Amino acid sequence: MGNHCLVPSAVFAWSRMQPIECCRVVLLEVTMTTETHVHDHHDSTTDWQWYLAVLAAALVGWLVYGQLIPFSEWATSLLPISRHSHTGEAVAFFFYDVPKVLLLLTAIVFVTGVLRSWFSPEKTRAILAGKREIIGYPIAALLGVLTPFCSCSSVPLFIGFVSAGIPLGVTFSFLIAGPMVGPVGLGLLYGLVGWQVATIYLVFGFSIAMVAGWVMGRMKLERYLQDWVREMNASPPVELPQEQMTLVDRLKTGVEQVREIVSKVWIWVVIGISIGALIHGYVPESMMLQIMGGEAWWSVPAAVVVGVPMYTNAAGVIPIVEALLGKGAALGTTLAFMMSVIALSLPEMIILKQVLTLRLIGIFIAVVASGILATGYLFNTIL
Amino acid sequence: MKNVKIYGPGCTRCDKTEVLVKEAAARLGIDVDVEKISDARSIAMAGVISTPGLAIDGKLVHAGGLPDAARLDDWLSA
Repeated sequence: MGNHCLVPSAVFAWSRMQPIECCRVVLLEVTMTTETHVHDHHDSTTDWQWYLAVLAAALVGWLVYGQLIPFSEWATSLLPISRHSHTGEAVAFFFYDVPKVLLLLTAIVFVTGVLRSWFSPEKTRAILAGKREIIGYPIAALLGVLTPFCSCSSVPLFIGFVSAGIPLGVTFSFLIAGPMVGPVGLGLLYGLVGWQVATIYLVFGFSIAMVAGWVMGRMKLERYLQDWVREMNASPPVELPQEQMTLVDRLKTGVEQVREIVSKVWIWVVIGISIGALIHGYVPESMMLQIMGGEAWWSVPAAVVVGVPMYTNAAGVIPIVEALLGKGAALGTTLAFMMSVIALSLPEMIILKQVLTLRLIGIFIAVVASGILATGYLFNTIL
Repeated sequence: MKNVKIYGPGCTRCDKTEVLVKEAAARLGIDVDVEKISDARSIAMAGVISTPGLAIDGKLVHAGGLPDAARLDDWLSA
């Protein structure tokens, strides 16, 4: 809230220096100032500054985005390497992709941060708790994408959902869709690979989240929760007072998200692009076709087996996907690889171990992996 | 003396919330006893599903993300 909170506290500090009698009056004033500052935002000048700053940033980003190819060619030409050598290809890929992915990432995280400020785990729980199970699956998958939540709070969230009477399967749909169809992965896929692949990914990612949740709902897995989860009576949902947000507050949320996420994820981006660049520059197409082509029946399960233990952010895996597809890897195999890297991650399983027994985690991985395998085979067969 | 409970599994935001609470309390001249609760079970028991959650004198006032500074002052001085 930056400058908004400075004003009341300054007044408050001053009020303590006044004789006792007027303290009450001043305090009252302080409360009123705080009220108007927090809830009304009559400060329209700073509001306009925010709108203009966001517009200007978008414009600058868009202009820079158009100059990425000349930039990468120029940067590559500064190095003492031949542009058409393996190294030259790899370096040009790197210089093109790093600014591109970082720009896209910033834009996606900002827009997502603003959109998600209308949603919260509490609201999502209230929506899902009142729904019939069968409508619950698609809504849970959709809300999984829109609800802001960090994987560090997935344990309380899981318990909060289940104890509010949301069926286990619906809760799983929510938890699968979040990472699987995350906006960062989807947006980068759109920007780096194209809208066709991005749309296919969106449709199948959603379907897997819904179907896998439904299958696990049918399996009656409640008995495989950890004992303490089944036995506990979490306190009923606490009604939190609605926090009024102005549009500027939402924009600030977006900026805050960019600062937090980009500063954490950039290293994965650079690693992912480096691997992508090596593939782009050095791996021969014939070899790629042999390993990741659609002909070999084992390429899809192999992609899943390699993908599950790999842990990276969606932003790190898309540049690799871009390079793989560019070298002629089959779409089904590549989708399977990407989905298993993003949706099934070891750290998340370790967190969920607190509430799920190993057996249930095994079933979870098996069901989601089956969906991924099916998607991979489907696309390798029809394309 | 106000009892402040911060519910969170130990993420950076939870630590930052603690700092914000202590700063605000010092600035307002309010005595606080800050308690951090990081055990998943106790977090869930309190009805918190997004972290960090913030309870003041046993009443949950905020959950998910950093609390807004001006509102934090309101809660502490209420």
